[in-house]
Amino acid sequence: MEILSIQNLNKSYGPSKALTDIDLSIPEGVIYGLLGPNGAGKTTLIRIINQIIDADSGSIFFKGEQLNPKHIAQIGYLPEERGLYKKMKVWDQLIYFARLKGLSASEAKEKVHFWLDKLDIKNWKDKRIDDLSKGMAQKVQFISTIIHEPRLLILDEPFSGFDPVNADLIKNEILELKQKGITLILSTHRMESVELLCDYVAMINQSKKILDGKLTAIKQQFRPNEYEVQLRCEDNRLPEQWQATWDNQIATFTIKLNGGTANESLAHLMQFGEVIGFSERMPSMEELFIQQVNASSNG
Amino acid sequence: MDKIWLVIKREYLSRVQKKSFLLATLLTPLIFPIIMGAFLWIAMDEADSAALRIIEVIDENNMFFIESSEQYAFSYSNGDSEEGKDLVKSGERFGFLYIPKIDLSNPSGIVFYGDSNPSMNFINYLESSLKRRIEEQRLFESGIDPEVLSAYRTKVNIRAITLDNSGTETFSDATVNYVIGFFTGILIYIFIFVYGNQIMHGVIEEKSSRIVEILVSSLKPFQLMMGKIIGIGAVGLTQFLIWMILISSISFVVMGYFGMQMPQQQAMEMANSQMGSSISTETPEIAGILQVIQEINFIKLALTFIFYFLGGYLLYGAFFAAIGAAVDAPSEAQQFMLPITIPLLIAYMGLFVFVLNDPNSNVSFWLSIVPLTSPIAMMGRASYGIPFWDLALSMSLLIVGFLFSTWVAGKIYRIGILVHGTKVNYKTLWKWIKSE
Repeated sequence: MEILSIQNLNKSYGPSKALTDIDLSIPEGVIYGLLGPNGAGKTTLIRIINQIIDADSGSIFFKGEQLNPKHIAQIGYLPEERGLYKKMKVWDQLIYFARLKGLSASEAKEKVHFWLDKLDIKNWKDKRIDDLSKGMAQKVQFISTIIHEPRLLILDEPFSGFDPVNADLIKNEILELKQKGITLILSTHRMESVELLCDYVAMINQSKKILDGKLTAIKQQFRPNEYEVQLRCEDNRLPEQWQATWDNQIATFTIKLNGGTANESLAHLMQFGEVIGFSERMPSMEELFIQQVNASSNG
Repeated sequence: MDKIWLVIKREYLSRVQKKSFLLATLLTPLIFPIIMGAFLWIAMDEADSAALRIIEVIDENNMFFIESSEQYAFSYSNGDSEEGKDLVKSGERFGFLYIPKIDLSNPSGIVFYGDSNPSMNFINYLESSLKRRIEEQRLFESGIDPEVLSAYRTKVNIRAITLDNSGTETFSDATVNYVIGFFTGILIYIFIFVYGNQIMHGVIEEKSSRIVEILVSSLKPFQLMMGKIIGIGAVGLTQFLIWMILISSISFVVMGYFGMQMPQQQAMEMANSQMGSSISTETPEIAGILQVIQEINFIKLALTFIFYFLGGYLLYGAFFAAIGAAVDAPSEAQQFMLPITIPLLIAYMGLFVFVLNDPNSNVSFWLSIVPLTSPIAMMGRASYGIPFWDLALSMSLLIVGFLFSTWVAGKIYRIGILVHGTKVNYKTLWKWIKSE
C-alpha cells in the first residue's frame, strides 16, 4: 500500500520552474530517500506535501485520499533549519506544537511526558530553550516532530548539526520508528546515511525526477559489471592491464566483465592462482548521485 | 478556529507572564500618582512645619491694611525704615514692608526686605492687596463708592449647548472635550506603534528562527498571522485595563490620604485661602465644567474609544505583520515603515492642527472618515459629539479598511515568511500581493 502517491506535480516561482512533472510513489513503512543537489526542488516538494504551499498542477494522494488539511495530524515535519521559541520553556513548547497538530490537552501532556522520559530530558522540562545545549535543543525539536505520532515523517537533513553521538541516537530513533510501521522521507545530501537507512530513493535535479525506485534495484540497474578479485599466486605473472596491487603475495584488482558471465571470469582467474576473494562491486550512492546529476545536467 | 485560539493563547501568555510585562504594567501607573503624591507631601509638610512668619509693616501713608493669613502675620508700627531693617537683620521678623509716602496715581518706592528671597506667590499677594487698596482709595477720591462699583461688576459666562436633531440639549465645554480628544487620540497613536512593533518583532522572530516552517505545516499562515495580531492586541488591552484600574484606584487613595476628592476642589481651596476674595465669581465656571463632565456620555465615549483603539490596531497590526514577514531582521524593516508612519503622523498632526480646534471642518471630517487616519482623528471629534451618520460611515470604513489591510498583509505574509536571504523591495511585495 502506498502512503503517498504524487502525480504530475508542477510548481514554478515566476519564470523559474521548481518542480516539473514529478511522479513519486512512496510505499508505506519504508524509509524513502529524497536526493538532489541544492536548489533541485526538494524543499519545494516537501513544502507541498506539508501543505505549506500549493502546487500549480498535479495531485497528491495520502493513503489513496486526495491530500487535505485533515492529513496534517498524520504528517510530521522536521525542517532543515531547526527552530524553536528561544524564550519558551521546553514543556510549554512541546505542548504547543502537539496541540497545533491536533492533539487534545490531555493527550498532549501524556505524549510529552512519554518522550521527555524516553530521550532522558525530563529534568529539563522547565528550562527555556535558551538555556539548553544544542544537542538538547535538537532532541526537543525531534520530539516536537514526532509528538503526534504521525504516519508519515518528513526529515529534511536530519543529521545536520548533530554531533556523532546524537546523530547515532537519531539514527536509532529513525530505525525504531520504521519498526513501528511509520513511513519516513529523508531528504539529505549525506549519501552514507542513504546507503545505511533508505529502502527507496528518488533523485531530483533541476526540478525533474531523474531516478527513483528501490535502492537495491537501482544499484543493480547501474552496476558497472565489475568484480573485485583477490588472488594468491606465487609470482608476478598477472597481465599488466589488471593493475594489481600486491601485499604478501596476494594480488588485489578489479576486472570488468565484457559480455561473459561471472563464472566464466572466475574460471579464467583460477588459472593464475588461488581465488580467495571474488565479489561484485556495487556502485556507491555517492558515485551514482554524482554520475546521474552530471548526466542529467549536461543532457 | 481551534488553532487560531492556540496561537492567541500562546502569544498572550508568553507576553503576560514575562517579568518585564508585570513591571511595566504595575510601575507605569504608579509613576504619576507617586510624583503627584510626593509634591503634595512636600508642599503640605512645608506648610505644616513653617512657623508663622511675621512681617513688619511701616506705612507712612497710614492707609494700608493687609490681612494676615495662616502663614503670614503683619504687624504695624510707625518707626523709620532703618528700624524695620534692623528687625529683619536680628531675625525678629521674617520680612519688612516699607511703604513710603506715595502718589496714588503713580505709586513707587515700596520695598520689601527679607532675609531670603521671597516667593513669587507672596509678592503677588502683597501687590494685589496694595493695588486693591489704592484703587479703592482713588475711586473714593473721584467720588465713586467702591461698593457701588463692585455691585456693577459683571461676569459674563457663555454656556455652549449642543442641540441635536432630536432636540436633546447637551452642555459642552471646549476645554473638557479638547482634553479628552487629546488624550484618547494620543493613546491610540502610541498603542498602534508600541504593539504594532511587537507584532513585527514576533513575526521576524518566528521567521528568522524558522519556527514558522513547523507552524505553517500545522496551520494556515493566515491563522498564524491573525492569532498573533489578536493575541498581542489582547496583551495591550489587558495592560490598558490594568492601568485604568490602577491609576484610578491609586489616585483615589492618594487623594483620599490628603483629604481631597478631586483636583479641582484642591485648586479651589488653594485659591480661596490665598486670595480670600472674588472666588465666588469663578464658581459657576467650575460648576460648568463639572456639569459638562457629567453630561458627557462616558459609556458611549468609552465604546467609541475601544472601537477605534482596536480598529486602528488591527488595521495597522496587519501591516506590521506583513513587514515582519517580508524582512529577515528588524534592521531591514525600516525601509517599509514609511507607508505606516506617514498616515499615522498625518492623523497625529491633523488631530492637533485641525480636529481638536475645529472638529466640524472639512479637513477634520475627512481625517475622521478615512480608515488610515480615523482611529486617531475621530477621537478628537468623539468627545464633542458626532453626528450618527459620520460615526457610522467612519466605523464601517474602518472595518472595510481592516479587512482590506488584513487581506493584503495576508498575501505578503504567506509568501514572505518562507523567503529567506532575498532582498525584498516594493516591487517584490506588489508581485506577492498579485500572486494567486
